[in-house]
Amino acid sequence: MSLVQGTHPQTSQPAKARAILLAWPEFNKPAVWLVAVILLIMPFIANGFFLIEIFATTLILGTIALSLMFLAGYGGMVSLMQLTVAGFAAYMVAVFGMSANTNISLGWPWWLATPMALVLATAFGTLGGALAVRTEGIYTIMITLAIGAAFYYFTNQNWAIFGGHTGINTVATPKFWGVDWRSDIPFYYITLGVAAFCYFAVQYVSRAPFGLALQGVRDNPRRMAALGFNVNAHRVAAYAFAAFIAALGGVLQVWNYRQISPGSVSVGACIDILIIAVVGGISRPVGPFIGALIFVILRTFALDLLVKFGLDGNRFRLLIGLGFLAIVFWSSDGVIGLWERWRRRTAATDARPGGGKPHG
Amino acid sequence: MTRFIERHPAWALIVLIAVAVLLWLILAVWPPGLEEAFGRKRVFLNAVFNGITLGGLYFLVASGFTLIFGLMRNVNLAHGSLYLFGGYIGYAISAWTGSWILGFVIAFLGVALVGIVLQIVVFRRMEGQDLRQTMVTIGLSIVFADLMLWAFGGDFYQIQTPSWLVGPVELPLVTAVRSSGEAVYLRYPMVRLVIFVAAVVIGIAMWLALNRTRVGMMVRAGVDDRDMLAATGVPIQLVFVAVFALGAGLAGIAGVVGGTFQSISPGEDTRFLLASLVVVIVGGMGSIPGAALGAVIIGLAEQLGSVYIPTYAIVVTFLIMVLVLALRPQGLLARR
Repeated sequence: MSLVQGTHPQTSQPAKARAILLAWPEFNKPAVWLVAVILLIMPFIANGFFLIEIFATTLILGTIALSLMFLAGYGGMVSLMQLTVAGFAAYMVAVFGMSANTNISLGWPWWLATPMALVLATAFGTLGGALAVRTEGIYTIMITLAIGAAFYYFTNQNWAIFGGHTGINTVATPKFWGVDWRSDIPFYYITLGVAAFCYFAVQYVSRAPFGLALQGVRDNPRRMAALGFNVNAHRVAAYAFAAFIAALGGVLQVWNYRQISPGSVSVGACIDILIIAVVGGISRPVGPFIGALIFVILRTFALDLLVKFGLDGNRFRLLIGLGFLAIVFWSSDGVIGLWERWRRRTAATDARPGGGKPHG
Repeated sequence: MTRFIERHPAWALIVLIAVAVLLWLILAVWPPGLEEAFGRKRVFLNAVFNGITLGGLYFLVASGFTLIFGLMRNVNLAHGSLYLFGGYIGYAISAWTGSWILGFVIAFLGVALVGIVLQIVVFRRMEGQDLRQTMVTIGLSIVFADLMLWAFGGDFYQIQTPSWLVGPVELPLVTAVRSSGEAVYLRYPMVRLVIFVAAVVIGIAMWLALNRTRVGMMVRAGVDDRDMLAATGVPIQLVFVAVFALGAGLAGIAGVVGGTFQSISPGEDTRFLLASLVVVIVGGMGSIPGAALGAVIIGLAEQLGSVYIPTYAIVVTFLIMVLVLALRPQGLLARR
């Protein structure tokens, strides 16, 4: 680069690029770009069933599980109510927006109902978090599970707002600029956009001062308190941020299925989100999406697979439970942990003088 | 007790007034104005009795949960599955042999055996790793739930009440006075009262065993400081296994009780897991008297709520939990 040509903005350009690369190291890896390109051109590869039932569902579940990953991985708080927050957002979209249950739905347009749902669900998640941080460690699981279960039974009982056990059906989805945003391809791009936004938001926050302080709180709350950090405020703020992400996932979910019922916020579903996050790995934001892909593929194809092996196709949950147990037993960090262990082993084999070829 | 009154005179007064009002509501003949505003006294009394007896059932489930948690720091989220398993065993045995009592014995032994196997095979390998143990219990609860669904299907099962317990019993509580001046007494199912008394007896026996025996002393010491207890040479693994077996067995008994009171079906495991969670959070984690108090409070709240505000009943339970967490996060009767 010559100094003669260089005017000020031009010289700072590579420096700026380098700074961005430092802040976002994943842009430097070819595999990341490959995955991004594949995700972007997915509608040209996969047909409607795969696009929505597999990939969009994966992205939605992954987004909800991402909020759990943020809390558990960076905050050390395993919250089982993330799906409940998402379900609350979904219910709020149905209650404020338009649906077939006209006696419940207020009929607001989507651009008013959706922000309202997001705000309310974030407030709900923050309040739940404020309750959960009253105690520490392992109690968090109990309290958040109790909140999730109470919400499930409440939606079942309450007919005035939540429509009882039939829930709210035929929820209206946004249509504007002449596009039906619930048709397969636009909807896929919406979910991809939201998932990418959440992914990078979590990545960014984890490296921002707040995220670093949160990780400090996770590792040693007493020392952080002694350093002058307000430990509980950081934890509640983490719950608020995670609740917003979960709420985004919940809005997408209600648009995807066009209905919401207590079955979607059941305790089993709350635990599924934990399974997704743990199976994928809770140390990095990409984990929940990997876990969600495995979960969705298993859920969709386990029946056929089990029948093919001459087993009862209804034993899908048994398979999920056993897989989860195996992951918890053998890897502390899910599939990511297994993958890293494998890579380290192959790297070690490579580095060995005169070592043989790496396996696989 | 006296220390509590000295330290919190206002709270003690509120509790005293609440208990007095409740006793008056139960014992007195309601004036007509109250009946108009509040509904029939019979309905209220039935709700109170249902609540207290349901509290007895909740206590049976939650005491095992809190015992295991207090000693081993193991949040056993498969506790609901143990409850359901006990219910199925009790149903199978009592349907096969016709003996209700035998159902209890076999359910206790069978579920305690499951608890022993779990503690020896699974939890001993990951001692001290709270989160991992909890995750494992979640996985186990999924596996158990599906295995039981496989074996027993999605049907509702009700355990037959033995003939000597069938029918109502008249209690010396006046529900109303007829125009002729004749008093109407409350009639209440015998089996629920008997089971409630049994729950109280079990609770007292547990309290005595914990506070008056050598093993109980070890358990209490373990709750306070597990490492120090192990350092004094107590065979702590044996104590762990015994406590896990007892806690699981109690859940099994509770399953038979639940199957007789109500019915057993898939999904009941979650319901009773939630109940034990809330009871233990309200009463205090790891405390047996706390579990008893929490169980009665939650049972009453649930039954009275479902009678007087049916669509918001669960909110009452939940609000109690929120209130306790806000004012006394460690639970009502926990020491720390």
